Amino acid sequence: MKSDPGFYDYWPYENRPKIRWPGGKKMAFWVAPNIEFYELNPPVNPSRKAWPQPYPATQGYSIRDYGNRVGHKRQMDLLDKYGIRGSISLSTALCDHHPEIIQMCKERGWEFFSHGIYNTRYTYGMSEQQERDMIKDSMDSIYQYTGQKCAGYLAPALSHSELTLDLFAEVGTELFGNEGGIYTCDLFHDDQPTPIHTRSNKPFVSIPYSLEMNDTIAFVVNKIEPRRYGQMLKNNFDRLYAEGDESGTIMCIPTHNYQVSCPHRMKAYEEALDYITSHDDVWITTGKEIADYYLEHYYEQAKADIAQKGAAHKRTAI
Amino acid sequence: MALDKTYLEYAHRSHGMDHDRYDWSMLSDRPAVTWPGGKKLALWVNVPLQFFPLDQKGEPFKIQGGMTMPYPDLRHFSLRDYGNRVGIFRFLKAFDKYGVTPTFAMNTELAKRNPYLLNTIKERGNEVMCHGMHMDALHYGGQDKQIEAQLVQDSLTQLRELTEQNVTGWLSPGRNESENTPELLAANGVRYFCDWVNDDMPYTFNTQQGNLWAMPLSNELDDTFIMLNNLHSEEAYAEQMIDACDYLLKEANEQGGRILSLNIHPWMLGQPHRIAALERVLEYVMDQDVYSASASDILDAFTSQLKAP
Repeated sequence: MKSDPGFYDYWPYENRPKIRWPGGKKMAFWVAPNIEFYELNPPVNPSRKAWPQPYPATQGYSIRDYGNRVGHKRQMDLLDKYGIRGSISLSTALCDHHPEIIQMCKERGWEFFSHGIYNTRYTYGMSEQQERDMIKDSMDSIYQYTGQKCAGYLAPALSHSELTLDLFAEVGTELFGNEGGIYTCDLFHDDQPTPIHTRSNKPFVSIPYSLEMNDTIAFVVNKIEPRRYGQMLKNNFDRLYAEGDESGTIMCIPTHNYQVSCPHRMKAYEEALDYITSHDDVWITTGKEIADYYLEHYYEQAKADIAQKGAAHKRTAI
Repeated sequence: MALDKTYLEYAHRSHGMDHDRYDWSMLSDRPAVTWPGGKKLALWVNVPLQFFPLDQKGEPFKIQGGMTMPYPDLRHFSLRDYGNRVGIFRFLKAFDKYGVTPTFAMNTELAKRNPYLLNTIKERGNEVMCHGMHMDALHYGGQDKQIEAQLVQDSLTQLRELTEQNVTGWLSPGRNESENTPELLAANGVRYFCDWVNDDMPYTFNTQQGNLWAMPLSNELDDTFIMLNNLHSEEAYAEQMIDACDYLLKEANEQGGRILSLNIHPWMLGQPHRIAALERVLEYVMDQDVYSASASDILDAFTSQLKAP
């Protein structure tokens, strides 16, 4: 085990090279619906239980199924209304189970990125080859069902190994060259994209996917009231929008159709989306479009700035 | 280091669900229904009437709302009993004031122990569904099938005798089930059950003993989930119900009838500082021209509009 994963270098938020998004916009905004499939009776993982109760875990399983049966259409209609294309964090077995959902999202030009195969199959305990196979299977599924070359990754149920990011980057290259496996949503250390070190040294970035704005973290972990969640979204937006004057910022709302699409939560969510999209200086986009744009325009500059500041810091320390 | 190779095998990775309990179906794809009187939104107020034993075994887990202190946990025993002595009568007044038709989900043990409350409910003529034997008689995976079969049969038979009602609805204590529970319910004359929370409308649930209807009793809107689990205020509870009502009504007008299901506990919302939140919700919802009916009547109205197979 390591004391630090070593994916990125310290890089202070102040005095970074200035970012401007396409059209000169100061802020990028993306919504990442997690569209997940949880199994009623998954195989046992030695490190993590899928369900707290012995099989069948009626409650936990069925509320997640609610997201697909009931919630998906609600959130999709809402995103349509505000001109937002979702960037789907996808349990890719859902391509097989519920291709109807995949088709609807595909027709809307939504992005699909990998969130593993099932959200009840954890990375813990996998060999390197097993994790590589699982990631490849998930990216293959996305390509087969949508024609998209999977660019992003969020590990299933946020279960990682030390090699997760390396493997995702490598499998992406193997399948799709420089178009596949270019960004991760697994790290929460920054409000701007960050170059990430991987074993293969390919251009690879962390794109801010806010755990704090994640509806499941808000509602289930932090037990926040729906209207307060709506207010938090607006506050998060206001600050990042203001800071965008200095250098481009990113706001992400990660959602789950079994959480935010419940009838008592939709109103506050809609109010927040209405508020955010009413601002002019916002690039409403997807995770992949942010990653592509950043890699093309700012990645090398960022790396150079990080290297220079790191070297200066070392000199000072001596 | 490696996991067993079966961890990367996906036997159920095919169209539909990963089990055969019900068919995959998106709510928005289903035919529109209308409630009696042309109403768009049905209001299902479901009141669990519960007995939490002081000598709780907690097998296989301690239920939320149950005893948490070393024996004898007088604090939680009496706080729950409060609902059946005091809170319920505040509920009944509120229901009558706002013209709400409630459905009661009763532990059979409570019906046995509390004839006054049982008679009060019987005289009102409201529907009673079975909420299992009591709150420490859980149905759970790995439970001995014969023991559970006896538990289901006793709970239903005794409640039918006591209530002099047919009792065709079921809500498991803790909403927990074994893999055999649906079969046992079907074999014992249950028509609908309310444990699964994957829909906002009724759907068909397959069992080897004939099919059940799964009725959509929201847990996310449950008073104990919001105030005991999430620790939200009474005011926030009322806001959430009102927001849910508005949203479902809007969806009902666009897509077809919906159900607002309020699962409310007399030991929670029946407290003096909380009852006004319930009254506010009932007043608001009943002002929206809703169909307030029992679970069975809502289900009847729903099934009567299905096309013959």
